[in-house]
Amino acid sequence: MKPNEKLDIRNLLKDLEHYRPRRKGWVWRDKGPIDLGPFHYVEASPSLKNFVALPSARNINGIDPQPDATITTEIASGRFEDDIRRMRMAAYHGADHIMVIRTAGQSHMDGLLEGTPQGIGGVPITRKQVRAQRKALDLIEDEVGRPINYHSYVSGVAGPEIAVMFTEEGVNGAHQDPQYNVLYRNINMIRSFVDAAESKKIMAYGGLAQIDGAHNANATARDAWKVMPELLVQHAINSRMSERVGIRPDLICLSTVPPAAPPSPDLKLNLPYAIALREFFSAYKMRAQMNTKYMDSSTREATVTHVLNLLISKLTSADIQSTITPDEGRNVPWHVYNIEALDTAKQAMMGMDDLKGMLDFKKDGYLMKTKREIQERAILMLEEIIEMGGYFNAVEAGMFVDSGKYPERSGDGITRKIDGGIGAGTIIKRHKNYMAPVTAHYGYNNLSQYGINDDPASLIGGSTFENPELIQYIDELDDEDSVNIRLDENERYRSTSMLKPEVQWLGDGIVTVDLFFPTDVLTAEAAALEAGKQMNLSAVEVIHKEIMHPSEGTRIQLKGTVNFEIDTTKLVLPKKEEVLSEDEILEYVKKYGIKVVAGTGGSDEHSVGMREILDIKHGGIEKYGIEYTYLGTSVPIEKFIDAAIETNAACVMISLIISHDDIHYKNMQKLNDYAIEKGVRDKLILLAGGTQVTPELAKKYGMDQGFSRGTHGKEVASFIVKKHREIYEN
Amino acid sequence: MKARNDDFNKRRKHLDTYSDQELKTYFYKLTDQLIDPLLEMAFEYTSPAIERSVLLRMGFSSLEAKAITDRLFEHNLLEFGAGHIIYYYSKQHHLSIREAGLMLLEGSNINQMVEVFKHEAK
Repeated sequence: MKPNEKLDIRNLLKDLEHYRPRRKGWVWRDKGPIDLGPFHYVEASPSLKNFVALPSARNINGIDPQPDATITTEIASGRFEDDIRRMRMAAYHGADHIMVIRTAGQSHMDGLLEGTPQGIGGVPITRKQVRAQRKALDLIEDEVGRPINYHSYVSGVAGPEIAVMFTEEGVNGAHQDPQYNVLYRNINMIRSFVDAAESKKIMAYGGLAQIDGAHNANATARDAWKVMPELLVQHAINSRMSERVGIRPDLICLSTVPPAAPPSPDLKLNLPYAIALREFFSAYKMRAQMNTKYMDSSTREATVTHVLNLLISKLTSADIQSTITPDEGRNVPWHVYNIEALDTAKQAMMGMDDLKGMLDFKKDGYLMKTKREIQERAILMLEEIIEMGGYFNAVEAGMFVDSGKYPERSGDGITRKIDGGIGAGTIIKRHKNYMAPVTAHYGYNNLSQYGINDDPASLIGGSTFENPELIQYIDELDDEDSVNIRLDENERYRSTSMLKPEVQWLGDGIVTVDLFFPTDVLTAEAAALEAGKQMNLSAVEVIHKEIMHPSEGTRIQLKGTVNFEIDTTKLVLPKKEEVLSEDEILEYVKKYGIKVVAGTGGSDEHSVGMREILDIKHGGIEKYGIEYTYLGTSVPIEKFIDAAIETNAACVMISLIISHDDIHYKNMQKLNDYAIEKGVRDKLILLAGGTQVTPELAKKYGMDQGFSRGTHGKEVASFIVKKHREIYEN
Repeated sequence: MKARNDDFNKRRKHLDTYSDQELKTYFYKLTDQLIDPLLEMAFEYTSPAIERSVLLRMGFSSLEAKAITDRLFEHNLLEFGAGHIIYYYSKQHHLSIREAGLMLLEGSNINQMVEVFKHEAK
């Protein structure tokens, strides 16, 4: 796959029945110090083959340092074919753990789903969908040069079957925690634990990393920060059970969320908890999740909370760093917010590289005292659960997800009946002759009746785990609700020149508009809806509102759908200026001895950009023998022309950064007019540069050319030579 | 649970003398005590989902696995293991595993297995 070519979804879906995964099991990053550009990083991993670096990297050799933690992105828009494109974008921004959310209600489906129906808030996880996505990730991981882990959920009433399918299909990680079934999905608790042992045994065989479900207690409890003792208990139950069933401790990952979020004193609550947890669970891995409990519709606020969560990760540890998209508080995540969340993690983690190497925690005082208190509270809770007669009795009594900080109880815990819930009464006691002739089966298995002691699958000549050709692949069950129909419906945006803006699905046409109204929130909201209508948007909805002042102003973000499409063949793309070769520039400059006058014009103190275009060490025009006179910053416009006349310069280069009220364009016009006034315009090349300068407008305001952000000295030198030749040689 | 106030300081007295390491050891001792009966139960019981997962591993599709497991459940045969019944039937009739499983869905073939497993206490 080439970076400049789109991933062909139809091609990907071809021949899926014969696809086999290239490997099984989880892969951690290759961790260790790296030297990159001018820097040495301690907690890092190798750079990617193909990537998109942080925006500011433009000024630092374009480097894209990668953290040592595996970075997760959660993707599931309901259409797996669109999610595949997002996975490719995410991998370029540093994700190597792609977590696919299941469609609403799948945990209550008693059996596997097949085909490719559309989902709600996630995708229906099926063999075909998993296979297509794993196949796509094979291509994507080759493109970025790093293994990518694919992940979904082994929960609900079909856990063991999903675990089998995931192991067969090379899925690399999964959520598995019977407590999640019991507390949040009201699946019978006995069934959940019996199934969980089988699921875990299968996952152990498949080498899948397991993530638990404890973070949900944090998201559900009324006062999330009070649930800390219970979180330790939940982690312990699942982790220890998994280890005893056979999952390797280094593949048992705790899903841990810093429970509190601002405006609470975030670190003061979260740091002692994070230390308590990592101390007790040092044998296992930490999957650091971000807080969603108090998330609202402000993407800025969510991002700050997430950066504080990343600070906790860097102060303690994170083996897998999850990223929550900042728009999760208002919609199912959109493409750009997956990318924002990944960049937030990458930026913050590399920005805080080796933080622990510079700090020590105080041994006495609040931090360690609070840490110990959380641990003791968890122990007291375990003691009481055992006194109550065990886990099931405790759940029935409402011990879990109570909003009191244990041992305090508020009486509002989640209560489930031992004989209640989905799948109640469905477990069956194994007969003394019970037998299952397959690999990775947990529990009693009477093999001796057939004269063997181990390797039950040998009775049938091997199971699908040994002989993948035995796997039965089902393509589609419902031709009306399938990927083929969806691809046909939006084929126009895949194979013609037509283009539409998009947030999650190809051709969805959704856009956001950011508005400020100088009025109160109620009026602003109504005004925004009207504005959307006047902009010819349909399905207009306010997705965020924020009071700037009760009467002076309100910020509104709205979304709506555009009712047009763009034909890309009719677009006029800016012509890419042809750059002369270095030798040609050098030779020409030598012949004419070209001189330049440069500086930042008007009342403007910015100088960095101009220095980069001028200085030899940045590859500036000096490198090509162009002699320059630097006038400095805040240079009066007239002085540029006067200095050019005085030094016999052929070119004026003016840097104009401040763009408020279009002052940069006004100054260009002034420069041009003054050159005319002095009678030198015909002989003088006038160039303007700056972050907000567009070439077309610069030319409109009298410049020979304008240069925007990302310009290099060579491009400027090349233009000067070409223009000079036009004036002096023609 | 009934609401109650935080009596942490009273309850924690016996933990006072534990070092941090001892506290951690005790934490896992209690955890194991809590999950022992859960693992034991999982060892002794099976479920339709587990049996379907066995059939998937034996080379049946999800639809077939569900139909066969449902059929065996109706005939109270799951306690012997769905894979076991199919394995036995395949040996008895010299069939492949897939043929045997699909045969059990047809007509009264399953009654033979009820006879063998239930009445002859195979």
